[in-house]
Amino acid sequence: MSELYVKIMEIRPEIIMLIGACCCLMVGLHRSAEIRKLTVAVAVLTLVFAGFYNAWQTLDSDHPWTLASFTKMAVCVVGVLLLSFASGLPDKLKMSRDAESHPEKFDPGNVMRGEFYAFFLFSLTGVMLCGGANDLVWLFLALELTSLPTYVMVATGRDNIKANESGIKYFFLGALAAAIFLYGFALIYGATGVTNFDQIRECIAVTGVTPLFTLGIVLSIVGIGFKIAAFPMHFYTADVYEGAPTPVTAFLAFVPKTAGFVSLILVLTLTSKTNFRMGNPEELQIYISLPNTVQAVLWVMAALTMTIGNVMGLMQTNVKRILAYSSVAHSGYMLVGLLGISSCVAGVTSTNGAAGVMFYLIAYALGNMAAFAVLACLERNGDEATDLDDLAGLSARKPMLAALMLLANLSLIGLPPMVGFAGKIYMFSAAVNAGFVGLVIIAVVNSAISAVYYLRIVNACYFKKADASQTELVPTRNRVMVALAGAVLAVYLGLAGNELARITNQATIANLFNGKIVRQVLQDYPQAMGGEQTAWNIEKNNP
Amino acid sequence: MELPFALLLFLVLIPLLSGLLLPLLAGNDPEKIKTFTLGITVINFFMSLLLLVGYDFSNSAEYGLVFNTEWFSSLGLTFSFGVDSISIWLILLTTFLMPIVILGSYSAVTERVREFYIWLLLLEAAMIGVFVSTNVIFFYICFEFTLIPMYFLIGIYGSSDRLKAARVFFLYTFTGSMLTFAGIIYMAWCNVAAGGMWDFSFAALSTAHQNMSDSQQLWVMLAMLAGFAVKVPIFPVHTWLPLAHTEAPTSGSVVLAGVLLKLGTYALIRIAIPMLPKAALAVAPMMGVAAIIGIVYAALICWRQKDIKKLVAYSSVSHLGFCVLGMFAINVQGLSGSVMYMINHGLSTGALFLLIGMVYERYHTREMAQLNGLAKVMPIWASFMVFFAMASVGLPGLNGFVGEFLTLLGSFNSILMGPVYAAIAGTGLIFGAIYILYMVGKVVWGPLKLPDGHDDHASGGAPGGHHVTDLNRREIAVLIPLAVACLWLGLYPNCMLKTLDAPSQAIVDRVGIEGHEQPIRPMLHHVQNTLQTHPAQLTVLDDTPSTDIATAQLPGVHQ
Repeated sequence: MSELYVKIMEIRPEIIMLIGACCCLMVGLHRSAEIRKLTVAVAVLTLVFAGFYNAWQTLDSDHPWTLASFTKMAVCVVGVLLLSFASGLPDKLKMSRDAESHPEKFDPGNVMRGEFYAFFLFSLTGVMLCGGANDLVWLFLALELTSLPTYVMVATGRDNIKANESGIKYFFLGALAAAIFLYGFALIYGATGVTNFDQIRECIAVTGVTPLFTLGIVLSIVGIGFKIAAFPMHFYTADVYEGAPTPVTAFLAFVPKTAGFVSLILVLTLTSKTNFRMGNPEELQIYISLPNTVQAVLWVMAALTMTIGNVMGLMQTNVKRILAYSSVAHSGYMLVGLLGISSCVAGVTSTNGAAGVMFYLIAYALGNMAAFAVLACLERNGDEATDLDDLAGLSARKPMLAALMLLANLSLIGLPPMVGFAGKIYMFSAAVNAGFVGLVIIAVVNSAISAVYYLRIVNACYFKKADASQTELVPTRNRVMVALAGAVLAVYLGLAGNELARITNQATIANLFNGKIVRQVLQDYPQAMGGEQTAWNIEKNNP
Repeated sequence: MELPFALLLFLVLIPLLSGLLLPLLAGNDPEKIKTFTLGITVINFFMSLLLLVGYDFSNSAEYGLVFNTEWFSSLGLTFSFGVDSISIWLILLTTFLMPIVILGSYSAVTERVREFYIWLLLLEAAMIGVFVSTNVIFFYICFEFTLIPMYFLIGIYGSSDRLKAARVFFLYTFTGSMLTFAGIIYMAWCNVAAGGMWDFSFAALSTAHQNMSDSQQLWVMLAMLAGFAVKVPIFPVHTWLPLAHTEAPTSGSVVLAGVLLKLGTYALIRIAIPMLPKAALAVAPMMGVAAIIGIVYAALICWRQKDIKKLVAYSSVSHLGFCVLGMFAINVQGLSGSVMYMINHGLSTGALFLLIGMVYERYHTREMAQLNGLAKVMPIWASFMVFFAMASVGLPGLNGFVGEFLTLLGSFNSILMGPVYAAIAGTGLIFGAIYILYMVGKVVWGPLKLPDGHDDHASGGAPGGHHVTDLNRREIAVLIPLAVACLWLGLYPNCMLKTLDAPSQAIVDRVGIEGHEQPIRPMLHHVQNTLQTHPAQLTVLDDTPSTDIATAQLPGVHQ
C-alpha cells in the first residue's frame, strides 16, 4: 500500500464531509424552494454520517482512540448541536427573505443558505484534518481551512453594520496570525530541513533544540494563539463575537479553539522529549519534558490570557461580550492544562495535561453552547437582544430557559458537580504535577474572579424584575433543544465523565510520547509504569 | 442493630431527588408543596435518628457504614461515604433543623414558593453530603454546592439589600474555597510525587503529610484556611456574615447559622487539622489569637447593635470563635467541646433567628429602638426568647454551657495556648452575657413600645395597624423541639460527649500531641514551650526570660 493510499483511507470521514459540503452548495441553489429548504437536512445528515463512520472505523478496528479520531468524533457530535443551533439563520436574513419572496423570481446571488451550511461543514472539516496532521504543510492547510469559512460566516448578517465590521476585523487579523505561524513553520523547516513531524523529531533528537527551532515553535504558538483567542492575539474576540450572529459566535467559540488547541498539542510534541526516571517505589516512569523557553512562553501567555479575559469580562454589560472575554479566559485555563504535558507520566491519567485540555474543550463547548442558545432566544424588534438587562426576569417568564442558563453558567464557573469542575481538576492536577503551582493558584483566583460576571448573568435572570421592555422571547424548538442538550450533558459528564477522561488520555498519549524511545525503554524494563499501555497505543497507531 | 450502608446514600438522595422532582411530585399548590417538603425532611430526620440508635459508637474512631463507588477513577475521584460520631451528630443537627426551618417559614414565604422549597431541599442534600463524604473532592463538591441554594435563598427571599448580600456571600466564600481547591490538588500531588497514585480519599490524603516538608504543609494549611476560615468565619474574614445574615430570610439565617457555618469548622476538624498535623501545631497559637480577637471584638460589636438580627449574627462570629479556640487547642477536651459547641450553637442561635423572624413577621422591623417590652403583648414569645437567650449565653443547665466550658478548659490546658488565652476568651462570656441580656432587657422587658401603626395594639387593634397576636400553635410547635433539645443536651451532655472522645483522641494522636491531663503550667513555661515549638516566633519574643526554665520537648513535634 502506498503512503498516499493509507492517508486517504485515514481521512475518509473528512472526504464524506467535503462531499456533503459540496452537495449543500448545490442543494442550496436548487430551483425549487422546497428542495432548497432541505439544505440543513443535507448538512446534518453529512455530519451524522461522518460521525458514525468515524466511530465505526475506530471501534471496529483494534485501533484505540487517537488524537485524530477523537477530534473527528468531538467535532461531529458538537457540530450537530452547533448546526441545529445555526439552522434557520440564513433564512431569516432580510436579503435572503427578499430574494426568495417570489417563488418565480429566485435570486441566487442574494441567498446565503447554500454557502452558509457548506462553509459550516468546510470549517469543521478543517478541524478534523488538524487532528490527523503529521506534517507542517498539512497542519497549515487544515488550520486555514478551518478559518477561511469562518470569516465569511461572521459576516453572514450583511444587513448589520456590526457584522461587516467584525467580518473585516476577523479576516485581517486572522491573515496576520496565519502569517505569523506560517513564519514559525518556515523557521522550523529551516532549522530541520523537513516538514514531516516524525522526521522533525528525529532531526531534533540528533541536533538538539536549536535557537532557530525554538523561535519557530514560539512563533507558531503565538500565531495559533489567534485561533484560541489567547494573549497577545485576543484583541479581536469581543468585537467579533459581538458582531457575529449568536449561532456563529457559539461556533467561533468552539471550532477555531479546538483546531488551535489540537495544533498546539501537535506543535508542542515536536519539542517534547521522552525521558525516563526511576520513580519511588522502584518503578520506572516514562515521562516527557518541554524546553524551558517554550514553558516560559506558555506560562506568560496562560497567566496573561486568563487574567486579561477575566478582568475585561468584569467590565462588560453585553452578554455576548462577557462570554467573549470568558472565552479568552477559558483559553488561559486550557493553556495551564497544556503546560501540564511537561512531565506527563505514561500510564497516569491525571498527569496528562493534553488530555485535560481535550476534556475541557468539550466541557467548555457544552456550557458555552447552552448559554448562547438561551441568549439566542431573546429578541428585540427582530434583532438580537444581548444586554444584561434583556435577561431581566427570565426566570419568571421562562423558568426552563433560566434554569438552563443557570446550569450553563455554573459549569463555566467550574462549580461542582458540573463538567467544568471535572475538567479543571483534570487540567490543574496535570499542571501541579508539572510543577506549575503558582500558575494554578493564578488560575483558581481567576476562576473566582470569573464568578463575578457569570453571576451577573444569573442575577439578571433570577433576581431582576422584568421591566416592560420590548424584549421578546422566541424560543425556537432547535435552540431550546440545543441549550437543553448542552446543560444536561454538562451535568451528566460532570457526574459520569470517567469514560471521556479515559478516552482523552488514550487519544493523546500516542502523540505525546516518542514511540521509539518507549519501545527501547520497555525492552530493558518491561515492567515500566504504564509503559505497556503506552507502547500498545503507539504500536497500534503507527502500524 | 446492623445498619445498611445505603442509609447514608438515602440521606443524601432523598432530599436531592425530591428537590429536583418537586414540580412533578407536589404540583404547584403551595399548601401541598409545604406539606410534602415537611414530610420529606421529617422522614430524613427519622432516618438519621436510626444512625444515632443503631450506630456502634464503641468503635467510633473509625468510619462506619463505608461505601465507595466509581466516579472519575482515572483522576482518583470516587464517591465515598462513611460516618463517625462527629459527622453523625452534625447530620442529626442538619436533619433536625430542616423540618423546623420549613415549618417556621410556612407563613414567611408567599412568592415563588415552589422554588424556595426546592432550594431548601437541595441545600439539605448538599449539607448532609459534606458530613458523609470521605473523599476530599466529593466533600469539596458538596461544600461548594451549598453556595448555590443559599445564593438564591438570600437573593430572592431576602430583605432590602439582598442582591448585594447574596453576591458578597457567594464571591467571598467562593474565592476562598478556590484556593482550598488548589491546596487539595497540591496535597494529592505530594502523594504522587512520592510514588503514590492520584487519590483524593481521606485515607490517602491522611498520609500525604509524610511526604511534605514543613513549609509545604504550612502553605497548604494557609490554602485550606482561605476557604474554611471564611466559611466559619474567623476574624478577620468574617465581614460577609453580618450582611448575609441580616438580609437572608429567617429560614436562610437559621440554616446559615445552624449548619452552613459548621461546614467550615467541620472541614477544619476533619481535613485541615488531622491531615496537616505539623502545620496545625504551627498555626494553632495564631488561630487561637484570631479566635480570641473574634470572640471579644464581635462581642463588643454586638453590644452596639441596634438591629436584633444583626446582633445575633455578630454573636455567631463571637461564638464560633470559641469553637475554633477549642479545636486548635488540639486536646480531647477542646476538640469534643468544639464539636459540642457546633451542635449547641446551631440549636440556640437557630432558635433565636426563628424568634426574631416571628417578631419581624408581626411588626416588620427589627430595630431595638422600636420594639420594647414585648413580654406584655407576646408572653409566650417572650418566655421562649429568654430561654434561648440563656442557652446562647451559656447558662449552666442549658446546652450552651457545656461546650463553652469545655473549649475554655481545652485552651486552658493546651500546651499550645494556655491560661492566658482562656482568660481573655473568658471575658467573651461576660460580654456575651451583657449584650444578650441588654437586648433581652430592652426587647422583652421594660415599658411597652411598638412601631408606628401598632401602637394601639393594647386596645385591640386599630385602623392602619395589624392586630398582633402571640405565637400561634405552629410557631410553638417549631420552638418546642428546639427547647427540648437544648434542655436535654444541657442536663445530659454526656450522651454526646462520650461518643466524641474516641474521634477527638484519634485527631490528637494523629497530630502527635498528648491531650490528656496536661499539667497547668505557669505562663512563662508556656511561652517557653511555644518558642521551642515555633522557632519562627523567636525573633519577636526573644527577650522573654527563658534560661532557668526546663524546656520539655513536645512529643511528636520534632519527629
